[in-house]
Amino acid sequence: MTNSDIQEILGKYNNDRFRLMDILLDIQDKYGYIPKKFFNLIGQAVGLSSAKVEETVTFYHFFHTSPKGKYTIYLNDGIVATMKGRDNILKQFSEQTGCQINSVSKDEKFGLFSTPCIGMSDQEPAAIINKHIFTNLTVEKVNRIVRLMKKDTPIQKIIQTIYESDKVQNLIHTMVTDNIKKTGSVLLNKYKRGSAVKKSLNKNPEEILEEIKNSNLRGRGGAGFPTGTKWEFCTKSKQKPKFIVCNADEGEPGTFKDRVLLTNYPELLFDGMIIAGYTLGAEHGIIYLRYEYSYLKNFLQSKLEQYKKENLLGKKIVNSDFNFDIRIQLGAGSYVCGEETALIESMEGKRGEPRNRPPFPASCGYVNKPTTVNNVETLSCVPKIINHGSEWFKSFGTEESAGTKLLSICGDCGNSGVFEIEFGMTINEMLEMADTIETQAVVVAGPSGKIISENEFNRKICFEDLATAGAMIIIGKQRNLLEEVVPNFLDFFIDESCGSCTPCRVITTHAKNRLKKILAGKGTTKDLKDIKSWGNLMQKSNRCGLGKTALNPLLTTIKFFPELYERLIKDKEYISEFNLEKATADYEKITK
Amino acid sequence: MSKPIVATTSLAGCFGCHMSLLDIDEKVLDLFKLVELNKSPLNDIKKFNKKCDVGIIEGGCANDENVHVLKDFRKNCNTLIALGSCAITGGLPALRNNIKLKECMEEAYINNITTKDNNKEEIIPCDKDIPKILDRIYPINEVVKIDYYIPGCPPRAKLIWLTLRALITGEEVDIPYEVIKYD
Repeated sequence: MTNSDIQEILGKYNNDRFRLMDILLDIQDKYGYIPKKFFNLIGQAVGLSSAKVEETVTFYHFFHTSPKGKYTIYLNDGIVATMKGRDNILKQFSEQTGCQINSVSKDEKFGLFSTPCIGMSDQEPAAIINKHIFTNLTVEKVNRIVRLMKKDTPIQKIIQTIYESDKVQNLIHTMVTDNIKKTGSVLLNKYKRGSAVKKSLNKNPEEILEEIKNSNLRGRGGAGFPTGTKWEFCTKSKQKPKFIVCNADEGEPGTFKDRVLLTNYPELLFDGMIIAGYTLGAEHGIIYLRYEYSYLKNFLQSKLEQYKKENLLGKKIVNSDFNFDIRIQLGAGSYVCGEETALIESMEGKRGEPRNRPPFPASCGYVNKPTTVNNVETLSCVPKIINHGSEWFKSFGTEESAGTKLLSICGDCGNSGVFEIEFGMTINEMLEMADTIETQAVVVAGPSGKIISENEFNRKICFEDLATAGAMIIIGKQRNLLEEVVPNFLDFFIDESCGSCTPCRVITTHAKNRLKKILAGKGTTKDLKDIKSWGNLMQKSNRCGLGKTALNPLLTTIKFFPELYERLIKDKEYISEFNLEKATADYEKITK
Repeated sequence: MSKPIVATTSLAGCFGCHMSLLDIDEKVLDLFKLVELNKSPLNDIKKFNKKCDVGIIEGGCANDENVHVLKDFRKNCNTLIALGSCAITGGLPALRNNIKLKECMEEAYINNITTKDNNKEEIIPCDKDIPKILDRIYPINEVVKIDYYIPGCPPRAKLIWLTLRALITGEEVDIPYEVIKYD
């Protein structure tokens, strides 16, 4: 790798600092890692200090500054993977490749790394190897994979051999199963590409905005903000250009429904973006695709080419005066980038740290221009609303939650996969659908959501009761909630905190230590009181949703499973963990 | 009513908090009209000779002697107050917490420029009369239960005064926001 190699890549992106992510991804793709010695060169070319370049590189966990092996194996360390036997798979990979976790083998042939949920919770244990997905791993499969890697077999060939498929075109389906378990009326349903776009272009943008507002469509990414209102803010801004951003950074552990939409119904998303663009007067669309889903990039790109050919994208779309293009921006591994302002920062090539608001993205978003960020599922609802009308859309769901919702159901159940349900379904009904027995808890909306107990299973899935972006992790009675599940979630937040707000950076670790203390039988009523008051502090003093909800695994188990804590906690105000003998052991050893 | 009895000590601190206590200037006289001082470096009483109402601790625990003194305070005082950053979080001395004790000791006694040529036998002092150094600095609430915390490095004199007055009179103390904000 020489200076001119790097310069060639920089040239491809016109030395544009807002494309730093692409520059770094290209360098890493081509050479396997991004050596520190080039930070200065990259910085000078794009007009940043080398420290700024380093900031970005070191923020994302898929960027490496040293060689990471010819074959880089990432194993999900999320709770569902662990429940499905990830530890055995890790052990096997480790033995066969001679790598410890988070290290590279001596001959630099293998790298073995941990990574948060990769969006395959319905087919764990799974691994990402050189951007390709290996699902439903068994010890035997691991042995075969490593054997093939030792023979320097190309990764595609390995996939085909292991999953017995010879169709290269269909590689994404060979790697990943869709697991659509329940289709519905809105999303997982037939759709003729371009149909809603054509219909929209015959209307005024104002009419479409009115239709979307009237449909009561709310954001499917978790927050549930009314989409029409969000769009309206953006229409009010006079600045140009405007941007439509699709948030495909599906990072909440346990969720994978956007994966299924992107694989099977990309037309719904593209049309949704084009219609949003037309309504808001935006000519540029960007899909921020999480790195874990980079195996979908070429597939989506080919679909976009098809759109261009059919004049559904590009100049003067279907003979109107409206121009629109869509590009795909890959992320590089960061949960917090699912937060819209962090996502925008990341798209601009920076660390994915949430911004202070105001100003809101509607007036000052990507490259400080008006931007609307919507989830994949939200945008995918739009063409159907246009085609069938807002009243039709409202005929599904509940009063405050119109339409249907995709659920990613996984964990201890016989039937995991993606389900399209109408809002208003109860957890009990959902559990029946998912074929469960002896359910102890359901993690609604992933680690940042709620861990609820049996007493709450008659509650409804909708914005007015149990809101979810889709993740539903089912925890069976055989699991130890406080030993296995909660610490896993807390570790996730400790790792994924961007570190910008002190409470989030510090309290996440303190809270984990308190849980450890409680589990060691040294917990007190004061510890519970502290955790609760920290929860309040986190809500008030962190900038983004990650920080605000990072203690939810603790807070909701304290609320819904008080008996688990009562069993462990002594009714005392204070227990010291201090042990003088242990604390002076080092000294005794040194001075012996 | 008899005067409340107060004891104070400085563990792994710099005595800055005690200096700040003296910074209440002439109110020191008022304070000692209100309270009786027992074990404290201010009057050089070395051992508790009666049960105290309030114990004020400066500094964290860096060695076993600090631990013994602290436990002694807990035993002899009804209310314990952590005074200042070091007592509350470990403070400045806690900078060593991410460095292994062995490395710290070697730096202090062997590799240091002033000791390098003068400690050829590479002795790290050790004697039964010297306190044993702990593996890290412990904030005092990790060792014994602490009832109140007065923040600051050092806590401002007025705050110490207000807290003590509040404890004596039973009135609630109003700590201004700027005293506890650190950004």
